[in-house]
Amino acid sequence: MENSRRMFLKMAGITAAGLAAAPALTTLASSGPGEKHKEKPVGKVMNNADALTAKHWGMVIDTRKFTSASDLEPIIEACNKIHNIPKFDDDLKAMMFSSDKKRHEIKWIWEEEFGHLFPDCENRYLAERLRHIPFLALCNHCENPPCVRACPTKATFQRADGIVMMDYHRCIGCRFCMAACPYGSRSFNFRDPREGLKEINVEYPTRMRGVVEKCNFCAERLAKGQLPACVEASNGAILFGDLDDPDSDVRAALRGRVLEPSLPFITSYNNMRWSCLIQR
Amino acid sequence: MKNKRLILTGLIIFFAIVTVPLWYNLFSGKKPAAPELEYTAKAKAAKVCVEPTAFMKVNHMELLYMWRESVVRKGERTYVNSNGKKFNMSLTNTCLDCHSNKDKFCDRCHEYSSVRPYCWDCHNVKEKE
Repeated sequence: MENSRRMFLKMAGITAAGLAAAPALTTLASSGPGEKHKEKPVGKVMNNADALTAKHWGMVIDTRKFTSASDLEPIIEACNKIHNIPKFDDDLKAMMFSSDKKRHEIKWIWEEEFGHLFPDCENRYLAERLRHIPFLALCNHCENPPCVRACPTKATFQRADGIVMMDYHRCIGCRFCMAACPYGSRSFNFRDPREGLKEINVEYPTRMRGVVEKCNFCAERLAKGQLPACVEASNGAILFGDLDDPDSDVRAALRGRVLEPSLPFITSYNNMRWSCLIQR
Repeated sequence: MKNKRLILTGLIIFFAIVTVPLWYNLFSGKKPAAPELEYTAKAKAAKVCVEPTAFMKVNHMELLYMWRESVVRKGERTYVNSNGKKFNMSLTNTCLDCHSNKDKFCDRCHEYSSVRPYCWDCHNVKEKE
């Protein structure tokens, strides 16, 4: 094609006509008038008036008060029910001793044996009793949480009051946090959790397939002025309070304790599950 | 250009067929039927939503985004609307408390406009009235 002044003007004319037609086409394609631009809501957000607040939430578990698995059961059950934690019955039907039994397991608070929970405290002179007592385990809400550092989307984050939270909307299911967590406190939803729920607590959301979940220190209950479900179900065996407040229950429970394996009062609070080591 | 006439008629027919929906909308005089939303007795009684209805129709997703951000990441769960009224920021416990007919309220519009929000993968739907 010859490059000429005439050709250039022709092309310019066609382009201009096309540009002029664009708005007409958009109008035709739209669903009619009334489409407006998005606006941000003008309201304000604030804390609930009756919310429990603290500078640094912490939990102390008095393990002396738990002697058998049946002592832990109601506590674990309370948490599972409130937070819609699934149990997959078809997994449980797997062969005895098969690891398949636990392959889709979701746990927020669970039963663990001493050696798994306090490996550095375990030794061959450990009181025989300790070997047979079940212990409660849950997310430590670490002061310097490795899961938060590992998360590429900031789906898991630490609140100002120390609670390590999950934002399931942002979780992409990469499971870096699970690899990073030294305590095994995180579970991945390999299946749609609703398949494993007989009853759903409507007020609390379930999760979806493909996200990691864990204990949230009952942030949703604290906001309503209630203590965590496990604390309420424990008859005083689990204390919950502000670690920065010297007059709080948790601080009183920690004061003056020498924590030795022979004295199995093992604390599990915010930053150091391994208090038996630290306080020795 | 060989077969100039054939090619041009072909092109014209092609564009006519492709743009049929546009011409149809323009000349049929019919407005596309907007989905009809049903309000529950509770929603009718309340008359106003969290914000004015006009705002909610266009911007409810912006409001929900704001709520989500505030509740999950900041831990602040009370919303004070433009009239100073307070609301608990919760999709299931506040929105669906009034609009408990999700299939005739949320879904109708979402289906019509072909949006598929994934809210319900996790958030529960309250029992119907």
